[in-house]
Amino acid sequence: MTELLQILISGLSAGAIYALAAVGFTLLWQASQTINFAQGEFVMIPAFIALALITKLGFPVWLAFIAAILLSIVFLGAVFKRLVVEPMISHGTLPLVIATIALGLLLKEAVKEFYSPLGQPFPGLFSHDTISVFGAAVSFADIANFVVAMGVIAGLQWFLNKTRTGRCMQATAQNPDVAQILGVDIKRMVLYTFLINGALAAIASILITPVYLAKFSNGEVLGLVAFIAAIVGGFNQIKGALVGGLLIGVIDNLSAVYISAEYRQAVPMILLILIIMVRPQGIMGESEGRAV
Amino acid sequence: MKHFAKFFPLIALAALVFAPLGQGNYIIYVLCSWLLFSVAAMGLNLTLGYAGQVSLAQASFMGIGAYITALFQLAGYHWIVGAPIAILSTFMIGLLLGYPALRVQHHFLAFVTLAFNTLVFLVLRNEEWLTGGSFGLVGMERPSFFGVSTMKQLPFYYFSLVVFVIAAAKFAWIINSPWGRAFKALRENPIRAQSLGVDTKRITLLAFAIGSAYGGAAGALMSPLVQFIEPGSFGLIHSLKLLLMVVVGGAGYFYGPMLGAAVVILLPEFLRFTEGYYLMIYAALVIVLMVYSPSGLIGLGSKIAARFRPQKQTRKDMNQGAQL
Amino acid sequence: MIKKFTTTVSAVALATVAGMATADVRIADVAELSGAGAAAGAVWHDGIVMAFEEINASGGILGEKVDLVAYDSQTDPQNSRAMVQKAIDEGTYVLMGTVYSSSTVVNMLVAQQNGMPQLTGSESPTITAKGNPYIFRTAFGAQKGMPKIGSYLKDGLGAKNIAVIWANTEFGKGGHDAFVKIAEGMGMNIIADVPTEQAQVDFAADVAKIKSSGADAIFAYMTEEESARFLIEAKKQGVDLPIAGDTVLISQKVIDLAGGAAEGAFGHVGLTAEAPIPAIQEMAKNFQAKFGYGADHNAIKGYLGAYTVKYVTEKIGSFDAEKFAETMHGLCLDAASHPGVLMDVCWDDTGEMSRASFLVEVKDNKQQITKTLPAN
Repeated sequence: MTELLQILISGLSAGAIYALAAVGFTLLWQASQTINFAQGEFVMIPAFIALALITKLGFPVWLAFIAAILLSIVFLGAVFKRLVVEPMISHGTLPLVIATIALGLLLKEAVKEFYSPLGQPFPGLFSHDTISVFGAAVSFADIANFVVAMGVIAGLQWFLNKTRTGRCMQATAQNPDVAQILGVDIKRMVLYTFLINGALAAIASILITPVYLAKFSNGEVLGLVAFIAAIVGGFNQIKGALVGGLLIGVIDNLSAVYISAEYRQAVPMILLILIIMVRPQGIMGESEGRAV
Repeated sequence: MKHFAKFFPLIALAALVFAPLGQGNYIIYVLCSWLLFSVAAMGLNLTLGYAGQVSLAQASFMGIGAYITALFQLAGYHWIVGAPIAILSTFMIGLLLGYPALRVQHHFLAFVTLAFNTLVFLVLRNEEWLTGGSFGLVGMERPSFFGVSTMKQLPFYYFSLVVFVIAAAKFAWIINSPWGRAFKALRENPIRAQSLGVDTKRITLLAFAIGSAYGGAAGALMSPLVQFIEPGSFGLIHSLKLLLMVVVGGAGYFYGPMLGAAVVILLPEFLRFTEGYYLMIYAALVIVLMVYSPSGLIGLGSKIAARFRPQKQTRKDMNQGAQL
Repeated sequence: MIKKFTTTVSAVALATVAGMATADVRIADVAELSGAGAAAGAVWHDGIVMAFEEINASGGILGEKVDLVAYDSQTDPQNSRAMVQKAIDEGTYVLMGTVYSSSTVVNMLVAQQNGMPQLTGSESPTITAKGNPYIFRTAFGAQKGMPKIGSYLKDGLGAKNIAVIWANTEFGKGGHDAFVKIAEGMGMNIIADVPTEQAQVDFAADVAKIKSSGADAIFAYMTEEESARFLIEAKKQGVDLPIAGDTVLISQKVIDLAGGAAEGAFGHVGLTAEAPIPAIQEMAKNFQAKFGYGADHNAIKGYLGAYTVKYVTEKIGSFDAEKFAETMHGLCLDAASHPGVLMDVCWDDTGEMSRASFLVEVKDNKQQITKTLPAN
């Protein structure tokens, strides 16, 4: 019983982070048909930005984190959109997919070359002290991760549904032509999506790296999980990505213990295939009619 | 220009025959590697460039082909027994995978094939009793044909070249057949193709299965070339590498995959002096290429060539075609 | 192409002439200078660089200076195979490298086919079990260390039920299989067998599984980052069982990454800069001064590997690769008359080596030698 509880709690904590990455991925896909294969690396990079600021420039930790978030918003958001996405959007999805694959590779190699190929310890924002919940060890960091991730996503939901800008963004995602006719500045709305993704990736990075240790290869695992979570959960809904993230986090842990540690990675994959075949809009998604 | 195009294959073939002479074993080995990746990339080109389906499973088909061939060789059979079985098996698996997977919209296919690739990797790694697991399979002999051993690098190169030429010829035949035209129609406008009576589902499935079979053939070549296969060589990252080869070379062009494979395999050799930086340079070049020429290097070549040819002036108002 | 042909011909001509003149002897090192294994390979290479510099400063090998050439395998087994082929094409006396077992298993076939002696830093048991007469280790295989750690667990700690957590790769499986064989042979029970993925980040499920398995000791065999993550998670979930490992678990890198969670972990190491042996201490000091970072077991492996080449060549009196391989089988070099090998060492017919080793424990974030164990 303790074992099960431990696994569930750890799964939810990890899943909350996956949800952040998945939400950003979903937003980009919705708003600009960008399948960002570099999403994992986007979650890896801000930690290194912060680390570089701390170790090379002597920034205090809190300042480095804020700076990392801001720099991510600028570079992983605005610059990414301007330099990579915008020129290619007219060429169709495949060249953009290839470009994001290459971008992920570039970011990974850059960190490996210019920072270090070795894993680095990373300062945690929240304490690693644990409290015992019916025998399972829950750290304050676990709780904080979950709360922050949920809070951010809830805040995002509120922003998208209740503010004017948010609703304009939704309109842009659903039907850009009509939105434009109605006076929405779609270019700006798309920009906002990218900026938000940059921020989400940075927050996820800061939360997860104390546990993962900062390493250039972190993006591989995270990126894959983000895609699966987004699709399984339902990629035309923010709450879909949330559900998907939490689900994958829990399922991954459960299958490692109760099914087979060797085939641990297989379970989310099989789930992905099943969802795509049986219910392509995902668990929470709404069915999209096919446009002829 | 047309005459040149007709003679190009002959010139290219001659170049390929003479290329390895006088080179060290290492260079010949790299050339063999290029040939077999070209075969795999050709298959992916059929699936992606001609039929418009994104497959991220090509490396796993190479893996299946390589393991089947290796297992037959280790059981004592000549390569010529194992290889066709490998090719046939990958064709069948392609059909089985494609049948349900192609019912979904095409960007989903990418994820289904991604999942399939990972599953294949896990099976290859975990089922040690069959595949040797992480330790892999080692000791595949290089085959002999009519008494000529391919143990040395140079004979093996010619063996690979024969397989490559057969694969390329087959591919050319497919492209120029009615099937090929149906593929092109499918790629340009699936809905219009369907309304014209092209059975899109069957054609797409066929393209996917043939593409996978090419992957299996490449794997069958890989097994005797490297004489040691392990699951890590057929992971997702290698499927991405193959995708890169096809798109960078030029998806939908006949010579695209060979050019793309050359870039991915041979370019690192030239950039080796940059040591750790060459992957970054390579990645940056790919991004730039995609921005300026999404139809790959061949597309880039066409664009440059078009600048030099006299241009036809079209009436601007006819740009959209006749409107009813 | 013709240019390449003539260059190759002239290079070959020069090389043959070189044998007569006081030219350099070319030695190739194929190492993981980039990629996931860069931490190990680059350090191994630096150890070799330092050794050959010292050797050249004192007159070289048989009066000839060593020309060390590096080839980057990028931690990719197929690429390492290609690099070995390249190194052989470009001419080398003997081959050094690789460090990663998954690469060595592949590339040693090429060396074997070309009759090229190879000194590797890999520890996977399979490497010396394939009947390759040209492979020689600079660090003994995992199967040598396991009996030592097994005895300590059984006799020293009285452990009966062991949980084994290991990386599901060539490296991890080799260690796992060797340990399980020894442990079961000693009458201990493997109560939990937990495979993990290379680059795995989340160990919550694995630790939970071990916790509820009823084990009284843990044996961990993964690479550096994973070992650290595991230790952190184990501490977090309050696992207070003894955790044992071999080489990696108690390395300084893991200690640094685990940030205190490694305290109390113990294990067996073949080579460590902390060893109470003056020659090793001296080498570590010189290494730190030269490269600005501390030597680890990979640096020491490379260093003594280079010196081995010198001593064996001097023994046979010529640069004869075939004789080199023959001589090494059954050879023992004692550290007193061969200071470069740092500790007495012997090789057997399979290229496996024996040497004394150490039991260490992590105390105050450093390795503390608790026992010196004799060669087996």
